[in-house]
Amino acid sequence: MRRASGPNSDARPGDDTRSDPDPAVRPGPPHIIDSDVDLHDPAQRAETRPREWDLLAAMALGGVVGAEARYGLDAAFPHADNAIPWSTVLVNASGCLLIGVLMVVLLELARPHRLWRPFLGVGVLGGYTTYSTFAVDSVRLLHQHRPGLALGYIAVTFVSCLAAVWLGVAGTRSLAGSGRVEQRQVVRQ
Amino acid sequence: MVALGAAVGAPARYLTDRAVQSSHDTLFPWGTLAVNVLASLLLGGLAGAGSDLSPTAMALVGTGFCGALSTFSTFGYETVRLVQERARFYAVASVAVSLVAGLGGASLGWAIGAALV
Repeated sequence: MRRASGPNSDARPGDDTRSDPDPAVRPGPPHIIDSDVDLHDPAQRAETRPREWDLLAAMALGGVVGAEARYGLDAAFPHADNAIPWSTVLVNASGCLLIGVLMVVLLELARPHRLWRPFLGVGVLGGYTTYSTFAVDSVRLLHQHRPGLALGYIAVTFVSCLAAVWLGVAGTRSLAGSGRVEQRQVVRQ
Repeated sequence: MVALGAAVGAPARYLTDRAVQSSHDTLFPWGTLAVNVLASLLLGGLAGAGSDLSPTAMALVGTGFCGALSTFSTFGYETVRLVQERARFYAVASVAVSLVAGLGGASLGWAIGAALV
């Protein structure tokens, strides 16, 4: 996906199609729903235009780190075909906890470099967690005539992952932001 | 092999998600659904092919590419964010559709993979 303009494209003058990426002048965190890429955010809408090669490289590198970590955990905790793959539960729940923490840090607490979300969010955590293995292992349990275990696996995965994201978001906010909340309440009064 | 597949899979998720979002401007996370169902279909095919498949291909395409193309972290984050934005219907719909389409895709892929070998 390397563009013809290459790495020198950031020196191109008159690139005024990009929105102002300076987070200091941004009014606050945009209403991001998708942690990979959310086109409601003007900065993310514009992020691939000038030089997408470094963005995609950061994702690829992060994806390798995340996938190797998942592979390592799966090898460390092997499971039988007719049993719940606890390593995948652990991978997905811990990845969900970390995306909650990461997105609060990136959107609300820090003024991150533009490559941190692609590297850590899209790459590392996206490469680490997996939906396809979850789906196929659920189907495998059904094929093994273990519908109860399949249902249990699905339930424990969804509940632990959604609770983990919530815990990551709420925990990071409460650890870092009690002062900010008080400030906001004063403004409201 | 895992690394090679993942190096392609993670950027592919980003690009697919972008493409889907730019044609569907809605709160419903169609982009993440698309990559997750696609990866489940593909991995289901590999699982259906079973032991006829080389371990190298499984590591490259299965563990690496499908694992990195699909994501639970983004899906989970989106669901929680939709609840926070009071778009509860979208959150519940996203969970239900992801579950049905993900497992359906994996089953379909499995059947195709088993039929081909």
